[in-house]
Amino acid sequence: MTMILGVPVAVLFGQLLLGVINGAFYALLSLGLAVIFGLLKIINFAHGALYMLGALVTVVMFDAFGVNYWVSLFVAPLLVGCFGVLIEYFLLRRIAHEDHIYSLLLTFGVALLIQGILTNIYGVSGLRYSMPDVFSGGVNLGFMFLPYYRAWVIVVALLVCFGTWFMIEKTKLGSYLRAGTEDSQLMQGFGINVPLLVSLTYGFGVMLAAFAGVLAAPIYSVSPVMGGNLLIVVFAVVVIGGMGSIAGAVITGLLMGVIEGLTKVFYPEGSAAVIFLVMVVVLLIRPSGLFGKEA
Amino acid sequence: MMAESANASEIRASIVQQRKADDRKKLMVNLVLLALLLVAPAVLYPVFLMKILCFALFAVAFNLLLGFTGLLSFGHAAFLATGGYTTGYLLSTYANVTTEMGIIAGTAAATLLGLFFGLVTIRRQGIYFAMITLALAQLVFFFLVQAPFTGGEDGMHGVPRGYLFGLIDLQNNTAMYYFVLAIFLFGYILVQRIVTSPYGQILKAIKQNEPRAVSLGYNVNQYKLIAFVISAGLAGLAGSVKTVVFQLASLNDAHWHMSGEVILMTLIGGTGTLLGPVVGAAFVVNLEYQLSQGALADWVDAILGGIFILTVLAFRSGIVGEIQKFLKKNLH
Repeated sequence: MTMILGVPVAVLFGQLLLGVINGAFYALLSLGLAVIFGLLKIINFAHGALYMLGALVTVVMFDAFGVNYWVSLFVAPLLVGCFGVLIEYFLLRRIAHEDHIYSLLLTFGVALLIQGILTNIYGVSGLRYSMPDVFSGGVNLGFMFLPYYRAWVIVVALLVCFGTWFMIEKTKLGSYLRAGTEDSQLMQGFGINVPLLVSLTYGFGVMLAAFAGVLAAPIYSVSPVMGGNLLIVVFAVVVIGGMGSIAGAVITGLLMGVIEGLTKVFYPEGSAAVIFLVMVVVLLIRPSGLFGKEA
Repeated sequence: MMAESANASEIRASIVQQRKADDRKKLMVNLVLLALLLVAPAVLYPVFLMKILCFALFAVAFNLLLGFTGLLSFGHAAFLATGGYTTGYLLSTYANVTTEMGIIAGTAAATLLGLFFGLVTIRRQGIYFAMITLALAQLVFFFLVQAPFTGGEDGMHGVPRGYLFGLIDLQNNTAMYYFVLAIFLFGYILVQRIVTSPYGQILKAIKQNEPRAVSLGYNVNQYKLIAFVISAGLAGLAGSVKTVVFQLASLNDAHWHMSGEVILMTLIGGTGTLLGPVVGAAFVVNLEYQLSQGALADWVDAILGGIFILTVLAFRSGIVGEIQKFLKKNLH
């Protein structure tokens, strides 16, 4: 078997693939955080819980009503997104004028509440969700085996990321969004319904998280606690990338996934910590992050 | 002119008098509370009280940052755990390390870690600061899970309480209680002195308007760093004492839930008040205990989350803050 740096090629590429997939999830989640941060200026601590909700809704809808994967891919994010709009409307809006720290704490409370309730209903052991038959099997690329579902995850995640970037940077709606980030009062003066825009933005960011959750359902163990630890990694990714750009969030996400995958090959004990170490190094060299603009 | 200055000095005198009266009132409140703490073990189970005191010290340390400097650290569990694990490791490995040496070493370790955290984070503000401290604390968590001497998932058990100054047997809960109370008072009074000192005034200025503090020529980052290191050290002290009390150091102390819990304690008691975190710690510890006894044992997390939401929405001054507001409105 061919070896690279004392590691079999198949192992290396296998871990790289896993890394890219994890990276795709990091990218989707940090993208949602960045979108929400842009207009609301808060870090959505409930993001991990809403990602979990996306996955859980998928599983529950399948078990209870036989709703298939393809329908879930649209319906679950929509449902969770509506839930997000409710959170924004009934909770976040009421403290929008307070210090942003309070919104962070509020969303932290929301995360605890959702996670706590669902843990009581579904336990922490993890639910099974079988992937659609289309995706069974995979293709042998010669140097590695690529399961179809994993390929699908990477492709669709990248498409969604690109679509979001396109919408925010190139469309009229996106220009409103960006203008709202700069000066929401002036926007209001121009007759644009800023509160509605804020609600929809939060809902959209939540939808991205839930969409990632649906994608994750067939390959990760679905349980109420699946989002908690993931979110902290995504926070580190966000800090590394800086909140400056949408593209930055996506690139950093993928990059960190790959770095994590490589660490698993060469120094498995450090794989859980490597992203946090990268964060420390980046902060010491570039305090505003790789793509960050603010000082 | 004359009449005006006479008027001014009169006003000044009345302000001084008012302040003295306020100080006297505060002193009375503190003395009453101290008396209550001294007799408490006669009524309540000492170990339960010690748990409250440990978390109260932890929350007081945390509040030095959030309440008096305006920095939200989401990684204070790291200091609690570092203090606890250092003390636990030293006491259970080396027979000739006395209890007080172990506690001092734990505090020192947490202080050093605080210096490192501070150097990395202090230039960032607000939510960035919160996220970075959270991520750094997670790093400490991973270290404690994997390091060979921490007992991994199980944590450290059977840490000996030992003898205080080689004389007093700390296995006795009452003796242990008064030792913990003394340490708590040390931390509480230290924070009180810091907050009321000129240095504390500058911290408050930074909290209220950082750019102005910068323009007045203060080296803001240095002031914040010192506050961060002190806060970390005191949190480590709380962790060290907690390990001695319960004779174990567990991963729960390092988990980010713990960082969230100390925020809740401080918030619910009242940020920016001295007594708030103590009241908040007593409230949360007691609530968790009561819930764990009843039918709602599995709902602790959800209930804490709900309380978090309610506090942020409707109750941001906290218990002590609301009482102070009420008194001000009705007494003056």
